[in-house]
Amino acid sequence: MQLELRDVTKRFGSLVANDRISLTVAGGEIHCLLGENGAGKSTLMNVLYGLYRADEGEIVLDGEPLQLDGPGDAIAAGIGMVHQHFMLVPVFTVAENVMLGNEETGVAGSLDIDAARARVREISDRFGFHVDPDAVVGDLPVGVQQRVEIIKVLSREAKVLVFDEPTAVLTPQETDELMEIMRQLRASGTAVVFITHKLREVREVADRITVIRRGRVVGEADPTATNTELAALMVGRPVELTVQKDAPTLGEEALVVRDLTVADSTGMVHVNGISFEVRAGEVLAVAGVQGNGQTELTEALLGLQEHVKGSIRLDGRELVGRKVRQVLDAGVGFVPEDRQVDGLVGTFSIAENLMLDRSFGAPFVRAGSVQVGRLEEFAREKLQEYDVRAPGIHTPAGNLSGGNQQKVVVARELSRDLRLLVAAQPTRGVDVGSIEFIHQQIIATRDSGVPVLVVSTELDEVVALADRIMVLYRGQVVGIVPADTPREVLGLMMTGERPAGAVA
Amino acid sequence: MTTSAPTTGPAPVTDTPPVIAVVSKKAPVILAVVTVALAAAVALGSQSGDTSFRLATRNDFVEIPDITVPAVGTAWVAVVLMALCAAESVRRYLAHRDTPLWLVAVFSVIGMIGFLGWAAAGATLPVVGLLAGALALAVPLVFGALGGVLGERVGVVNIAIDGQLLAGAFAAALVGSVAGSAWVGVLGAAAAGALVALILGVFAISYFVDQVIVGVVLNVLIVGLTSFMFSQVLAPNAADLNSPPRLGPVTIPVLGDIPVIGPILFRQSALVYLLYVAVAVVTWALYRTKWGLRVRAVGEHPKAADTVGIDVVRTRYRTVLIAGAIAGAGGAFYTLVSVSQFNREMTGGAGYIALAAVIFGKWDPIRATLAALLFGFASNLQGVLSVIGSPVPSEFMLMLPYVVTVFAVAGLVGQSRAPAASGVPYRKG
Amino acid sequence: MTHPEEPSTGAHTQGIPAPSPEATTGVTTTPGSDPERPSGNGRWYDVARAITTGNALVAVLSIFLAVVVGSILILVTDDAVRESAGYLGSRPSDFFRSSWEAISGAYSALFRGSVYNSRGADFAAQIRPLTETLKFAAPLIAAGLGVGLAFRTGLFNIGGRGQMLLAGAAAGWIGINADGPAIIQLPLAIIVGMAVGALWAGLAGLLKARTGAHEVIVTIMLNYVAFYLVFYALSRQSLLQAPGSINPKSLPMDDSATMPKLLGERFNLHLGFVLALVAVAVVWWLLSRSALGFRFRAVGVNPHAARTAGIDVGRTYVVAMLIAGALVGLAGVNQTLGTTTAGVTTDLDAGIGFDAITVALLGRSHPLGILGAGLLFGAFKAGGFSMQASEGIPVDIVLVIQSLIVLFIAAPPLVRAMFRLPAKEAA
Repeated sequence: MQLELRDVTKRFGSLVANDRISLTVAGGEIHCLLGENGAGKSTLMNVLYGLYRADEGEIVLDGEPLQLDGPGDAIAAGIGMVHQHFMLVPVFTVAENVMLGNEETGVAGSLDIDAARARVREISDRFGFHVDPDAVVGDLPVGVQQRVEIIKVLSREAKVLVFDEPTAVLTPQETDELMEIMRQLRASGTAVVFITHKLREVREVADRITVIRRGRVVGEADPTATNTELAALMVGRPVELTVQKDAPTLGEEALVVRDLTVADSTGMVHVNGISFEVRAGEVLAVAGVQGNGQTELTEALLGLQEHVKGSIRLDGRELVGRKVRQVLDAGVGFVPEDRQVDGLVGTFSIAENLMLDRSFGAPFVRAGSVQVGRLEEFAREKLQEYDVRAPGIHTPAGNLSGGNQQKVVVARELSRDLRLLVAAQPTRGVDVGSIEFIHQQIIATRDSGVPVLVVSTELDEVVALADRIMVLYRGQVVGIVPADTPREVLGLMMTGERPAGAVA
Repeated sequence: MTTSAPTTGPAPVTDTPPVIAVVSKKAPVILAVVTVALAAAVALGSQSGDTSFRLATRNDFVEIPDITVPAVGTAWVAVVLMALCAAESVRRYLAHRDTPLWLVAVFSVIGMIGFLGWAAAGATLPVVGLLAGALALAVPLVFGALGGVLGERVGVVNIAIDGQLLAGAFAAALVGSVAGSAWVGVLGAAAAGALVALILGVFAISYFVDQVIVGVVLNVLIVGLTSFMFSQVLAPNAADLNSPPRLGPVTIPVLGDIPVIGPILFRQSALVYLLYVAVAVVTWALYRTKWGLRVRAVGEHPKAADTVGIDVVRTRYRTVLIAGAIAGAGGAFYTLVSVSQFNREMTGGAGYIALAAVIFGKWDPIRATLAALLFGFASNLQGVLSVIGSPVPSEFMLMLPYVVTVFAVAGLVGQSRAPAASGVPYRKG
Repeated sequence: MTHPEEPSTGAHTQGIPAPSPEATTGVTTTPGSDPERPSGNGRWYDVARAITTGNALVAVLSIFLAVVVGSILILVTDDAVRESAGYLGSRPSDFFRSSWEAISGAYSALFRGSVYNSRGADFAAQIRPLTETLKFAAPLIAAGLGVGLAFRTGLFNIGGRGQMLLAGAAAGWIGINADGPAIIQLPLAIIVGMAVGALWAGLAGLLKARTGAHEVIVTIMLNYVAFYLVFYALSRQSLLQAPGSINPKSLPMDDSATMPKLLGERFNLHLGFVLALVAVAVVWWLLSRSALGFRFRAVGVNPHAARTAGIDVGRTYVVAMLIAGALVGLAGVNQTLGTTTAGVTTDLDAGIGFDAITVALLGRSHPLGILGAGLLFGAFKAGGFSMQASEGIPVDIVLVIQSLIVLFIAAPPLVRAMFRLPAKEAA
């Protein structure tokens, strides 16, 4: 069994997302596709899965060219995909999700749900998944949801299995288990394509590594290659994996959080009685797997959450119970984790986005009127200062690349008089150049004496920026540890294990 | 200060996050407001005498005697019971628990009996006629709501229900007259509804036009088209083109003779029997068949459906066309059952009420049907009360379904969840 | 998946999505386009680009297509045409002549009724149709602004009918019952009417902000409630019904509460048109220059980002609906005090509440666009009546053409495909 991509090219308008990419994967091997965010990995896999049609090139399975007009054709050809964003219907049960599109029916098209249940159990047992066929998918933890995705693909007898960034939502332990599943699949003769940007994982399971950058194959590497070699190949130049920073000059305890509990409108508690403090001139980095209360924590700090108990004091002033605008006026800068949803108004110009949280008065508004001249002057200044690559200040923010969008958000927040900076996933989906720039800005903010709270699910980023690290698990603080805590310990803490007094 | 000692962390990390009760105070507030409103009406209105509830009809097998109660006394008893229900709701709110649906249902039934007993003082209320009439009036609403539910379940908001009803009414009159058969008229109505749905589909599914905009504009378009065609074609040739045969009431043997239930459910027009079938088939198909599973998947997560090889666009078109046909068939009520001729704008915005029933019924065919029946009941109640004379101005009775809907969307279904992808066009990639 | 629901933003509750800014304003973001676009303020550049990339062209073609469909409708329902089509094979010239007569008759009547009546006895009579167009346009513009402003805030205001009815009735009550000189009574009536319209729409905004109730459903329902409220008032002599009357109609307005005619008694054009123009200017300033309008637009495009930026989304909804209701209310006031001063009735809205939606959509929710769309639809209205009177074509055809225009304009790719135009450069 051998799957081959030959000179696959995919364009979106003038952008070439995939430029003559060739790739071969055989049964019984794990082929890693390594590349930065936006390098074109997912586009390539969507071509392979029939979601996009290639402009040029062909896909060949065992010498037969495939005509893929949709996922149905890919499935029929034995190609299965575990998507980065799970393709599961949250309100359906596991069995319903697994049978969808592949239904066994009885009289008059009625569903044979028992057959689906049996199939889920069979595959679940084979791999030791422990998945209940009647559980509603939306209620399951993400790790289990991913197994449902795998069961779904396996139930269609896939010969080629593509994993698209599967570890983004997993704990280190769940990641290890996934690696084990991949090895199991390899042993059973399945061809596995593993797409990721995480070097460590690649080196752990890959039989072969193909690195792509800006839509092109830039090289093949051996699993024995070092991190630095792989990173250089991926980014195209030697990469500084650490951030240059001096020891912090610590000031007063500026942000003091006590017994903070945050629930959503259904009463589910996402942040469960946590306490911590951040000193002036210090970066406290919050580590943890996505979905362990980080989002709710940062939103509660800003006053965006409704059901909040406990206390958040900034320079002695209580913030709980205040409106978002009052919190902003108190000097809190906020970089939201999803800039497209919470950070920017896509159709607004860069200039308008720069005044988004200052539409109530000076310096941009006088007597209810927007001071257009002043705003434009400010916008031009910031465009330059933050090196935002854009045609001009009137360009809609939605037209910018991820890195430039994030720079606009950072520029807006840092140009206010800050007494606290909260940055959630500050470099998610951002190119390497912008990552370095944004990291420098965060450290500069710290060095100016502002307390900084950084939330990141990327352990590398946490370690690079932190003066201290707080690990969250299921809405609780597992521990607050120094920045030089070993990765293995941090990984363990992210699964909720307290390192028994080992770290101080 | 616990800056660096994880072992001194507050509580051990637990694996199951707790759930704290977050309850809405809407239900207790609304129940209390309604109770006070009825109490005020009874206290301020000058009603007296007895009220009779007539449960029997002519040619019944078994004669059931009228139930006669003192009007004001009944109303006060009802107010007290309602106050108890409201108090229970408040108690549950204070105990951080939600008001259960059964409590609201009990409250509503008591409230309705109390109100009827009070409003119809000194007269006899034909209960069977009231309910049978309610069912008849609800026919287009139920068909429309079924069409709306199907559309939203597959991810297409169908604001054009009113247009589909109106087009159905028009086509039923025209086709029925030309063919000389009411049943052919119903088929014509379904076809017309599907045609409107096809336009909705082309714009909403293929051209990604905002679905609410298409729906609203389509309704205006159908009003214009049918009114234009009515003036130009139907009215001048009324005898040939606008006098369809009627679908009269048909009594189903045996079932129709059951006291109370028989006359309400089984002495109706054939369209009502079609309605029973439609509700049953739609419900079964949506929840128990491969087709229904795919419809719901496309409405919840079209991309997931696409990735398992389901053609999202084709599924949406097919379902929207079926939904349009069902709503269109409901339009036949106006020209084949209610009166036997078409008139301009004769649906009177019933499609919007059907839309409200869809939301009221939480996108479920059975519940939407019940909601539509409730609206039918309210309209018929107004008619019955204005005949026997009521202390409430008829304008306020006419307002009732709309006010109830506002209360409903503001209070009772505020937190309910629509199909996730409803209203969102599906673009590949 | 487990993101907590936020009823206060209400961006997508109850199964009906919020209006998409793309659909209502024509703003389409094309990621990564126009790298060579000059920086600095390029308004003229924008205009030129809008024309060259074909938005204006699509608008013109949409109107053309709608008129074509309207013509076909007129043809197939015209007796002479149908008769001559019966013997098309033997004498095709009859068919073509009768078709030409039907179409040209219809559209010249439309033109005579809306712009310039060549058959008028004197200049005043010839130019009178144009003033009629302006008269019909005034409430369409005002109400269109109300709907458009709500659109820009991400709200569907389908409650134009109810807002107009209550505003018109309230203004009428003042116009009948308040005594005083015109300088007091007329402004008072206008303000009260607008305030009532504002409150009625604000109610929908408040319910959305507080409970997440979808404004589409609420405003539709409030239309009916308003209708029955006005009907109730009109059937009670203690409220609005004319004394001694059994019809649901009020007394005519006092002279001191009637909008003055702009061009003398021979023309019906009244102050309402000027007020509509003022409203256009105010809304333009509001949306493009004011901080409040900035927040309206931010909430309309992205309520999440607005909320994160400290903008109270719920309050913005309420304020936007209040202003929208006042504007729609102005349309109602315009009817009662200007156009139909003979008295308040339950059909004083004359379908304007719904027409306003199409006006706002055609005008892409921009004040100047709404002005243009209002004038166009005003002309259709004025011309439609003359078409009905002189050619016997039901005025409903105007409704058909209007809604078709909006449908076509909302789907530029469809229009392009029909005219075999090159598709817009892909993103």
